[in-house]
Amino acid sequence: MQTQTPSPWKQATRYGLIGGAVAILMSLVGMVATFGQRYIVSGIFTMGQVMFLTPILIFAYMTIRRTAPQPINKVILLGALSGLSTSGVMAALVLTGQFLNLRAMFPNASPELYGILTFNQESALGLLLLLGTGLVIGGIAGGIYLLSPRMRSTLLQATTWVVLVGLLRDLIVTVSYRWGFLGNAVKALFAISGLTPLSAVILFILVGAVQYWRLERKQSAASRPTTNQKPYTRWLKLGGSALILILLPPVLGIFFSEILDNVGMYILMGLGLNIVVGFAGLLDLGYVAFFAIGAYTMGVLTSPELGFFSLTYWEALPFAMLACVLAGIFLGLPVLKMRGDYLAIVTLGFGEIVRLLALSDWLRPWLGGTQGIQRIAQPRIGDFLLNTQQELYYLFLIGIGIVAFIAWRLKDSRIGRAWMALREDEDVAMAMGINHVSTKLMAFAVGALFSGVAGTIFAAKLTSVYPHSMNFLVSINVLCLIIIGGMGSIPGVFVGSLVLIASPDLLREFAEFRYLAYGALLVAMMLTKPEGLWPEARRKLELHEDEFDSGQEPLMAMGNPDGR
Amino acid sequence: MAMLEVENIHSYYGNIHALKGVSLTVDEGEIVTLIGANGAGKSTTLRTITGILKPRDGRVQLDGEDLSHYKPHEIVYKGIAMVPEGRHVFARLTVSENLDMGAYSRNSKQEIADDLERMFTLFPRLKERRSQVAGTLSGGEQQMLSTARALMAHPRILLMDEPSMGLAPVLVEAIFDTIKQINKEGTTILLVEQNALMALSVANRGYVLQTGEIVLNDTVDKLKKDPTVQKAYLGME
Repeated sequence: MQTQTPSPWKQATRYGLIGGAVAILMSLVGMVATFGQRYIVSGIFTMGQVMFLTPILIFAYMTIRRTAPQPINKVILLGALSGLSTSGVMAALVLTGQFLNLRAMFPNASPELYGILTFNQESALGLLLLLGTGLVIGGIAGGIYLLSPRMRSTLLQATTWVVLVGLLRDLIVTVSYRWGFLGNAVKALFAISGLTPLSAVILFILVGAVQYWRLERKQSAASRPTTNQKPYTRWLKLGGSALILILLPPVLGIFFSEILDNVGMYILMGLGLNIVVGFAGLLDLGYVAFFAIGAYTMGVLTSPELGFFSLTYWEALPFAMLACVLAGIFLGLPVLKMRGDYLAIVTLGFGEIVRLLALSDWLRPWLGGTQGIQRIAQPRIGDFLLNTQQELYYLFLIGIGIVAFIAWRLKDSRIGRAWMALREDEDVAMAMGINHVSTKLMAFAVGALFSGVAGTIFAAKLTSVYPHSMNFLVSINVLCLIIIGGMGSIPGVFVGSLVLIASPDLLREFAEFRYLAYGALLVAMMLTKPEGLWPEARRKLELHEDEFDSGQEPLMAMGNPDGR
Repeated sequence: MAMLEVENIHSYYGNIHALKGVSLTVDEGEIVTLIGANGAGKSTTLRTITGILKPRDGRVQLDGEDLSHYKPHEIVYKGIAMVPEGRHVFARLTVSENLDMGAYSRNSKQEIADDLERMFTLFPRLKERRSQVAGTLSGGEQQMLSTARALMAHPRILLMDEPSMGLAPVLVEAIFDTIKQINKEGTTILLVEQNALMALSVANRGYVLQTGEIVLNDTVDKLKKDPTVQKAYLGME
């Protein structure tokens, strides 16, 4: 599919303009202004600036990569042109804003936004400054391209760290209060908002040096034959991470424990849905239903408020698990013959039915209607009641340990292979002697079970359940985290949950743009890394097979020239 | 008594009467071919034998046992395996995983390992590519894989649906050589083909199917000399 390549200058302008559109979108939805007061480096650099300068850098860099190879001075010029086009679009926005009141349509097109975009200078000077910045940053992108890959990765890593640490300043300072004198040392690094300029430089150099050294080691390790010391270091690593996981809640405090609990809950659900969608290929959009059934069963069986039963958490748990398995089979039976889109729609309906039943007045005496169920029992081990976020964290940890182990064993088992065959080709799977009915039902039941366990811990954590926590968006979040982590990959579930669930909780400002960010992330992922962040070995094989000659996915072949 | 007996089956797709009383028999150790034009009902006959399609009338018997109460996946355990039309390998699994899937109905690890070795001697090409994803194989290799996968179930009778479809003439000959080889090693074969010339050259007996009915049934040598077969399927005037 070789068409005539357009001139590189034209391409630079085009990419620059696309970058401008992205920057404008981010400005007008309010991302730039929201972060305008968040300093990364105190007094110098805000997150708002990062937000509108990053598109310039990224699109200039993309221009250069697409037009490569070019001579050195042309590379810099192309980058600069692309950067200039991007900032030109933003300058146009600012200019328009001076004459027209855009706020009627875009409430976020405020004077503050224009202030940020023009670096708080008067109009003409500000516009020039903006254009100049675009020019320079585009040029810098060219410079970055010319660096060695090792240097490039060092710079990227160091910058990312400075931005992250600066952004998370409040959290880090709050947590570090618990660490005594170490806390004071940490506090000294930060200003009222963001890092102090000096500590930013130190951090930049420090992270950069470490990354540079690590890449050096990796390179020499690749050239040297690997020595045989593996099992020992592996156990050490395993023990170390286990110790860290156990020590996390007391070290990090209640706020982080809450986030970790949330992540844990989604990991549990993710592991379950990963079996249904990832292993067996059954697209389930109503997965929250099983979570709800687990939580509500726990509620009905343990809450004295309803007056039916008042079992303890551990007594109720087997019943809740049983209820979920039955619900999984109950959903599975009518949809046995459905595939793909049809299955998705039916399961989506199932999820909504369960939520609406919980909400309904009809079942109010049993399920509490809109008021939900309160006073749900919390788990007790001996005389010890698990009732704070930190203590429940361990419950999640144990639950995830067991569930992840089961999922991992199932994957390589006979039933795991049957799921795989069914996912690939149902008719042929049957011709291999696979019973598609029991195999599918098994996938639904196991998935429902895992989700139900998450539901019971959720109910115990809040000591209450409400129908509105059984939102459709929960299903979508779980599905997204599987896709981002990598379909069918167990470590991928962990990575996906950390990225999708922890990050909006850590950055409250981001929470507002959560779904915008999800969407952008998903699109970007599908274009550049469709197999996910931590893919299963098979998916990787299949998407990056060099001899894959059916030409099905040309986009992906294009997106990976540098193997990033 | 014949090993596989198809007695007067009537199969429907909705209201379409696809098989109008097809009867055929396959004896142990034979290669029997079923030839016919597009839409004659060849694949439908195979689908009915494997239980994917339930006949409204008539029955399929294996060694005198009526198969009509078995589900498709149970029929595999009875000893009938199929190489589907268009190969249908598990494109995203590796060659060895595909072969493993073929042995899903069996339990003895030792026997499976032995059969795997047998497949690799029969198709050395697959051994070379054992860890490659099946979707990346060429058409001929996929046909080999599909055949090997069916044989991994250790069937008593192998049903093959148009193994020559979409393959270059050289490969077609290779495939038919393997069919003879497989048969020599003791597997009974029911072969459905459009390439009548090739099919008649390997088979012992043949059936000619036309719009859902068997119109001819004889030994291969007689079929080759039959004027209607010569005209319609062998392209001779």
